[in-house]
Amino acid sequence: MLGKTAGGLFWMFRYLERSENTARLIEAGQRIALTRSSSADDEWASVLQSAGAYGGFVDIHGTEISRDGAIDWMLRDSDNPSSVLNMAEAARNNGKTVRTALTREVWESINENWMTLRDALARKVPERDLPDVLALIRQRSAFVRGAMHGTMLRNDIYDFARIGTFMERADNTARILDVKYYVLLPSVVAVGTSIDNVQWQTILRSVSAEGGFHMTFGQDARPREIAQFLMLDKRMPRSLAFCVGKIRDNLGYLADDYGARLSCHDLCDQLAEHTMSHAIDEIIELGLHEFISDFLKSLASLGSQIETDYRFYN
Amino acid sequence: MWGQDSALRDAYSDFNTWFEGQEPSRLRKKQAEAERLFRLTGITFNVYGRAEATERLIPFDIIPRIISGREWSRLCRGIEQRVRAINAFLHDIYHRQEIIRAGRLPVEMIAKNAAFLPQMIGVSPPGGVYTHIVGIDLVRTGPDEFFVLEDNARTPSGVSYMLENRETMLHMFPELFSQNRVQPVQNYPRQLRRSLAACAPAMSGDRPTVAVLTPGIYNSAYYEHSFLADKMGVELVEGHDLRVVDGRVAMRTTRGYQPIDVLYRRVDDDFLDPLNFHPDSALGVPGILDVYRAGGITIANAPGTGIADDKAIYSYMPEIVEFYTGEKALLKNVPTWRCNDPDSLAYVLDNLAELVVKEVHGSGGYGMLIGPTSSKRELEEFRRKLKAKPSNYIAQPTLSLSTVPIFTKAGLAPRHVDLRPFVLVSPQGVDITPGGLTRVALKKGSLVVNSSQGGGTKDTWVLED
Repeated sequence: MLGKTAGGLFWMFRYLERSENTARLIEAGQRIALTRSSSADDEWASVLQSAGAYGGFVDIHGTEISRDGAIDWMLRDSDNPSSVLNMAEAARNNGKTVRTALTREVWESINENWMTLRDALARKVPERDLPDVLALIRQRSAFVRGAMHGTMLRNDIYDFARIGTFMERADNTARILDVKYYVLLPSVVAVGTSIDNVQWQTILRSVSAEGGFHMTFGQDARPREIAQFLMLDKRMPRSLAFCVGKIRDNLGYLADDYGARLSCHDLCDQLAEHTMSHAIDEIIELGLHEFISDFLKSLASLGSQIETDYRFYN
Repeated sequence: MWGQDSALRDAYSDFNTWFEGQEPSRLRKKQAEAERLFRLTGITFNVYGRAEATERLIPFDIIPRIISGREWSRLCRGIEQRVRAINAFLHDIYHRQEIIRAGRLPVEMIAKNAAFLPQMIGVSPPGGVYTHIVGIDLVRTGPDEFFVLEDNARTPSGVSYMLENRETMLHMFPELFSQNRVQPVQNYPRQLRRSLAACAPAMSGDRPTVAVLTPGIYNSAYYEHSFLADKMGVELVEGHDLRVVDGRVAMRTTRGYQPIDVLYRRVDDDFLDPLNFHPDSALGVPGILDVYRAGGITIANAPGTGIADDKAIYSYMPEIVEFYTGEKALLKNVPTWRCNDPDSLAYVLDNLAELVVKEVHGSGGYGMLIGPTSSKRELEEFRRKLKAKPSNYIAQPTLSLSTVPIFTKAGLAPRHVDLRPFVLVSPQGVDITPGGLTRVALKKGSLVVNSSQGGGTKDTWVLED
């Protein structure tokens, strides 16, 4: 496989994942805005931060953040490289570059994803249409994933696509935790107040984990358990441990397939060990915020080591 | 579709029976469905010089163009003869230049020609093949009467439309293909790969590594490049994926550099090698020409083949065919006035309103004049251009082209078409896919079929006899 193709697959699936995650974050933000009594526009700042879109927004629009402004920036602003619309186009352009590595079904689904979102996001989305548009974004990326599961060979092409997906997802979950870690700290006294309940629900919603959490822990959301669930639970498909485990698996398949272990394999092992070797109480004791910052840093170095080892660019 | 006496031509009779039984509203729906299918597959082409809406669809007409098996086999004999002559001509031009010594072609046609590559002098490509893939543009003027409009011996495009048009028709009208015995075109990618592999350099193994070289996703024919690489099961590479390593051209893979035996390039000569040609080209591979000259890679088509399809050389094709095959050319050439000749120029200037004038190196229907449909002002403008640089132009009479029907809101209507069959050349022989790309001028009365100028395409059927 060409190095460029490996890179194209990796990024195609990262972008696809990112656009889906952004839609999920907007949904959670909108939910808070609708269920909170006080003016909740400050919530959009933290949604923007979780989506990694805060800095860019402030550079262009300033620190005055409105609901409409934030949503439009994340969905369709051409100045935001991570807007859903830009992601859909970037994913499709990468798909075009790696067209020969994809089945017709996968290519058509990523192409249709772009065509559909381009139309749906051609104009500012009115509030009444927002739920439908967000659902459409998630549905379209589910189609791509479905086409991929159903039609692609399980070879190195698949491995790079999966690695891209889980790198992005791990990054996303970690970023949500990074922005919201303070609500999960037991030292915060306001436990049990309705505001905090809303915050916790938001966190769970923004990773589509509400149902899974309640199934596991019942109706009573306690911060420690939420942290445990999103970081360490091996069954929860968006937890840090799950994502890192998948990255390690797929890098392992590549090592078997190519008959070579590279530097990225060692880095990934270290990251996995670091992520999974602590109990949640220990992590909170050591510092939740520090733990997550370290995680994000290690994840980024792993990403660039993979690029180097598999010759994405040179 | 109907012959000159309006009697139904044989090849169309079964189709016509079917057509008469169709609801026009159903066909209109199918026409819209075809467009949706093309968008979904991404069969688009990029239009240069437009900032927005850069991806466009070539309009597709659902009425097939039908050619009888008998007419097709006659046509094939002419095409094969012409393609063999083109290859022999290229070999001769880059070696002994017998045709010039024999006085059949003036030396300035070569010496002053920008398409002639001095770097190719004395180079013999693997298998002796220069033009691995050729597209011959033909027009039909009457039963069994075809004229060659143009030979495409550099990087002919459009074959993906031939294949996708057929796929679309199979998808939309399966019943038509049970009723008509249409020769398949679907083997083209497999034959292309086989044909390219058969031209691999002697040093390559049993399974030569083939790759397609594209300028990238913003190129107007990118869809076709990825389509062909995909269907052949080979890598689609860009210049920055390639590098000369240990005297071979190699591609950067996830496991290091791997040598390529045959490169089907869809990049023009000028951009192929920044060391040897265009120094600031990022599309090519520095040093590839040196590897090529040393026999380390096959480049398809060979560099320098443009000398054979240049519009001024075209006018010598009857002589060229006769010189190398010893036979009269089976396919007719459109009579051509070369404007660098003073007598011809005088004739062209006197009869401009009846003629078609083309740039010698032009393509895509740009920079041409169609006398009969041009205004006085356009004629005058061209007259000035001709006088300023006569050697840049050739002129041809307008032919009375036969028409085929297209599907319009008002039912069937006749339109002008041309036909580009695709020809593969290898040491194993010449292979012509039964069909080709039919381009159609969708505007009533128009003679310009180029997609960049509002032309469309149709499926092309060659029937089994």
